[in-house]
Amino acid sequence: MLLLDAPKNRLVRIIRYRGGKGVGSKLRQLGLCPGREVKILRYAPLGGPVMVDAEGRSVAIGRGIASRVDVEVV
Amino acid sequence: MRIALIGQPNCGKSTLFNQVAGYKAETGNFPGTTVTYTESKVRVMGEVVVVVDLPGTYSLAGTNPAEREVIKYLTSNDVDVVINVLDASHLSYGLTMTVELLELNIPMVIALNMMDEADRTGIRINVERLEGMLGTPIVPMIASKGRGIQPLFIKAYQIGQQKRLPSQPKYSYDLERYLEILRHDLEHVNSHLKPRALAIKLLEGDKEILQDVAKQEPKVLSTLKTLHDSLKHERGQTPEWVINGERSGLADNLAKAVIQQGKRHITFRDKLDDILLHPFFGYIFLILILYIFFELVYSFGGLLETPLMGLFTQVETWLLSFFDNATGFFPQITVALIQGVSGGVAIVLPYLVPFLIGLGILEDVGYLPRVAFLMDAFMHKIGLHGKSIVPFILGFGCNVPAIMSTRILEDKRERFISAALSTMVPCAARLSVVFGLVAFYLGPVVALAIYLFNMFVIALTARILSRIVPDESPGLILEMPVYRIPTGRTVFNKAWWRIREFIVEAWPLLIVGSVLLAILNYINVAQYMNALVRPLSWILGLPNEVGVPLIFGILRKELSLVMLGQALGSMEFGDVLTPVQMITYAVFVVFYIPCLATMVVIRKELGGKMMWQIVGMTTLIATLAGLLARGVAEMVF
Repeated sequence: MLLLDAPKNRLVRIIRYRGGKGVGSKLRQLGLCPGREVKILRYAPLGGPVMVDAEGRSVAIGRGIASRVDVEVV
Repeated sequence: MRIALIGQPNCGKSTLFNQVAGYKAETGNFPGTTVTYTESKVRVMGEVVVVVDLPGTYSLAGTNPAEREVIKYLTSNDVDVVINVLDASHLSYGLTMTVELLELNIPMVIALNMMDEADRTGIRINVERLEGMLGTPIVPMIASKGRGIQPLFIKAYQIGQQKRLPSQPKYSYDLERYLEILRHDLEHVNSHLKPRALAIKLLEGDKEILQDVAKQEPKVLSTLKTLHDSLKHERGQTPEWVINGERSGLADNLAKAVIQQGKRHITFRDKLDDILLHPFFGYIFLILILYIFFELVYSFGGLLETPLMGLFTQVETWLLSFFDNATGFFPQITVALIQGVSGGVAIVLPYLVPFLIGLGILEDVGYLPRVAFLMDAFMHKIGLHGKSIVPFILGFGCNVPAIMSTRILEDKRERFISAALSTMVPCAARLSVVFGLVAFYLGPVVALAIYLFNMFVIALTARILSRIVPDESPGLILEMPVYRIPTGRTVFNKAWWRIREFIVEAWPLLIVGSVLLAILNYINVAQYMNALVRPLSWILGLPNEVGVPLIFGILRKELSLVMLGQALGSMEFGDVLTPVQMITYAVFVVFYIPCLATMVVIRKELGGKMMWQIVGMTTLIATLAGLLARGVAEMVF
């Protein structure tokens, strides 16, 4: 499942990133590493970013990037 | 002794620095506000030590220039001890970089900051246990309240004196074996990094370090290739990912071992995002908050401007009464001097001060990243990112801080486009032209129309520019900081920091410009300047005399209104200009060449080439927009 399609307010575990190296390292820096559990908090309307909770830290991620992260429901 | 502060963005590092150094670093509740490093001398245990505030980075991977600089700085011989500032409320993230710092093997102390935040979220940390596991002293503290700062620096001082090195993080057996093999080849390599740290960076694939090492010890290349391939084969991942996985795994284990998660108190602050980022009400609040902000700035500024201007006019009349002939050289210079001074005191500062204080509050509360979140979709429609909205908002006050704020954008392209566009946002100075000329003579509706037209042109330019310079960055990834109640001290200090910048850098320029103009007028070169601008003023259907005010408007945008009166021989613009001319002139002034202060900042932030590109672009846009406005206005009036 893609992070973008993950159900709201449900914990999901990051499996891997697809696509560019730049995206991976940026996500990793913000603590969204493979293996960690995150939760989608809200979506901005009109195709805006999604807001993800990563262990108490909120991170806004553009939908293009959220659709390149594979996750599984915990 | 030299102490370096390092930590991830938003861990309160700059707050800590300002507590010990007085106000020197800009803080903001926006990730990555500190871009350069600041130094300050502080007295610890009777000795003067230098404290350095390094820019906040999420890792030490050396993937961007800032991170590379940080590593170089840390491993140079100058730094005696490093203070690693950690946000106690997000321990496992911060610890990932702590592990990276430990690899560098330099004397180190950990400042466990934001203990109050951790308490609030129900996190209890076993500090002694963490200290034992890391082999590094830890001092718990609350930088914003000044707690724990003295013990921290005493500890850092002691560690620096003893040159005590931290214990090294232990990775999985196989990885350690690889590092050991590589380390053997690196024994005689001359580097600012220690052999083990060097081995890690090489295995991670740092190209710059590899080039340097390969020059000294060519056989490393083949060893590295073998190790790289076999590690990749064994783990099914590139070594870069293996190492990063090990680091974050270690950090997670450390955090798990020392954190006791108690009950999280859900407070109003946690619920705030549900309202402020609501898909519908979020936008209502956004408009409301910005409206209140500008309303306060303009009403406060207006309250001061009129009496202050009156005062300066009186002083001017009084001084002129000492001269027999008011049109002579010295009285003209006197008038120019007073106008230069009054421009700063009466026109700029009344708006700048409340604007900066209000902005500081919005920044420190943590609202600006939320604006980026809300506006990202709209900004994408014109080919930009949500973060670019921040320079635009700032631009309405003054383009100078707007250009500075483009630092929050990582990408060079994004920075250029945002900087170029924010120079077209009508700042407070240009507001005086739109209001003083158009709103006063033709009514507020026409002024509003000019503002809407301005937004339309900016959006159109953004679209065109984003086509010419294609987007390469993948999209928004931005941390939303926790809402914080700003302290009066940091807000006022920050505002004062920027006001001082205006007073020392821009204001003298206004005074000199004003005097220069008086001299030019006196020696009668105005006609040549008008001739220079004539091609432009002619196609826009403006009188010949607008040349001088337009040229001097580049020095300071208010001059294009004040001097228009002088040039046309009457401040009653209704008698000397037609409505079409007023609109065309105002539109042209809104768009053309940014003021000198803005140009200076663009050159400083983005380089001279981009400054000239922006100058050329805005002149072209101003002419086209002026022509369009002229055409439309001729149909209406």
